[in-house]
Amino acid sequence: MPDTPRRNMHKDITEPAPVRWLLTGLAILFLGLFIFIPLLAVFTQALEKGYAVYLASLGEPDTLASIRLTLITAAIAVPLNLVFGLAAAWAITKFRFPGKNFLITMIDLPFSVSPVISGLIFVLIFGLQGWLGPWLDEHNIKIIFAVPGIILATIFVTFPFVARELIPLMETQGREEEETALVLGANGLQSFFRVTLPNIRWGIIYGVIICNARAMGEFGAVSVVSGHIRGATNTIPLQVEILYNEYNFTAAFAVASLLAMLALVTLVVKSLVEWKIREQMVYEE
Amino acid sequence: MSIEINNISKQFGNFIALKEVSLQISSGELVALLGPSGSGKTTLLRIISGLETADAGTIHINGVDTTGHHVRERKVGFVFQHYALFRHMTVFENVAFGLRVKPHRTRPSKAEIRERVAGLLKLVQLEALSNRYPFQLSGGQRQRIALARALAVEPEILLLDEPFGALDAQVRAELRRWLRRLHDEIHVTSVFVTHDQEEALEVADRIVVMNKGKVEQVGTPAEVYDNPANPFVLNFLGNVNLFRGRVHKGLVNLGGINLTAPEHSSADDTPAVAYVRSHDLVIEREISDNGSIAAEIKHIHAVGPVVRVTLTLNGNHGDVEAELTRDTFQNLALERGEMVFVRPRNVRVFVEDYQI
Repeated sequence: MPDTPRRNMHKDITEPAPVRWLLTGLAILFLGLFIFIPLLAVFTQALEKGYAVYLASLGEPDTLASIRLTLITAAIAVPLNLVFGLAAAWAITKFRFPGKNFLITMIDLPFSVSPVISGLIFVLIFGLQGWLGPWLDEHNIKIIFAVPGIILATIFVTFPFVARELIPLMETQGREEEETALVLGANGLQSFFRVTLPNIRWGIIYGVIICNARAMGEFGAVSVVSGHIRGATNTIPLQVEILYNEYNFTAAFAVASLLAMLALVTLVVKSLVEWKIREQMVYEE
Repeated sequence: MSIEINNISKQFGNFIALKEVSLQISSGELVALLGPSGSGKTTLLRIISGLETADAGTIHINGVDTTGHHVRERKVGFVFQHYALFRHMTVFENVAFGLRVKPHRTRPSKAEIRERVAGLLKLVQLEALSNRYPFQLSGGQRQRIALARALAVEPEILLLDEPFGALDAQVRAELRRWLRRLHDEIHVTSVFVTHDQEEALEVADRIVVMNKGKVEQVGTPAEVYDNPANPFVLNFLGNVNLFRGRVHKGLVNLGGINLTAPEHSSADDTPAVAYVRSHDLVIEREISDNGSIAAEIKHIHAVGPVVRVTLTLNGNHGDVEAELTRDTFQNLALERGEMVFVRPRNVRVFVEDYQI
């Protein structure tokens, strides 16, 4: 019916106005209850006693130590998982080999296992009663209740992020561009740096941001292996818990506000990158 | 540069992609590998390029055994069906890629690269687009850039995998004529893969018809079209009709039509199939002495320069399709449901031991 006005057609394919308003309203209400109000609460509580107190509670030595430890952990875990994720995605999408599906399943393992269990696994392996415990103790190497354990647990929990982001992206891009590069005389490194990497750079950035957010915010697995030694093995989330349990609410929320800000920054960068990726996809249509 | 393919075999799991394929391609030729999907033509092309390794057999390029050579060292140009342009690079950078990745000693200077790329873009008639990105180009333009990029490294042979497969009909026809002219100009030994018989017949110097991992026939377009070696080739190149009958000492009986087939003089009352191309089926109002079969017109498709008529043969021989020119069609004034006579010309008889 070519004569039918556009407005009518539009009406036919969308829901009636009340339904639309109801659904939108529900979504906003839900978001408000579960995200905006808690976020607001964090910052009001943190700043309740004024700016000076807020800064002072952040400047406390134990808190500063927890921030330092969190940064160190992320600085080690994220690059390692970037390398691992790239290698895994490369192998899975560019080669045929037996056990490929098994590898994909294994990459997803940390997603399906409770973080507490992930932490316990490391205690079982490296703890004093664990398999390697006695040997480590003999050689005076501390992993559990020390920084190495925290880093190991964080790496384990965050390793799917980069790989999971890159695998579908590289799968849709196929192998033809790399094959072309080889035919044109490029060696493996040239093909990787000149062809593969530019094509997946936004995917990498996306994966790294998400991986970093999780690495800094991880609680469960880290809590199990940390031992909660003040000023030594507490990361930011653990420090928040300790302060809260001691009824030091202002300090607890002040430290929590750091994590909230990390979340906000992550969200903004993530949206920017998503927008970039979508733009790239549209170009390739 | 000549290509010599000797007893190449390749298997993917349980699927046999190529079975002892041998083929000679002389220097400067433009050869089409023609076959249905799954016939192994793309696999063969990829093995020549070195992107795939054969399970057995050897490849010689210009007399040199390149079977063990890495794809990088084979000096081939490869053009993919979906162009595979580097999406984050401009047209200029795409074409320059092969020159830029050369080792320091052999890499041309920046000015030389600029000059070479400009020359190639001129060759593919896209000089004005050198700063565009692939997503800003049409399909036909992308494919020409892919070709320029492949030619930049001065390949000894050029391999094209379904080069026009992703283009729409009009661009396709235009681009293949253009490729033919380009080949006449630069004379690099080229092999292209296609499943489109029309494309192969129009563009190639020689056609290699492939089926189920084997070469069925090699020849010029005229040879494979006029003298198909077997029913597969006949069937694959153009529309054919089948007449079932028997052959006895060189005489063929097709239920109403008697023909001589000297090539089957030793046959002793064996089942045979006669193949007739649609345009070799003549429709007549009168019964012919040369042998014709009565048939009823079932359907007439009269759009375009060729009129296609579907007929049901008398005596349960099934349906056949005849192609006639518009003039003949109008002279005969055919109507649906009419009884006419069908006379086959240029019948090719094959004894029935070959299943399509």
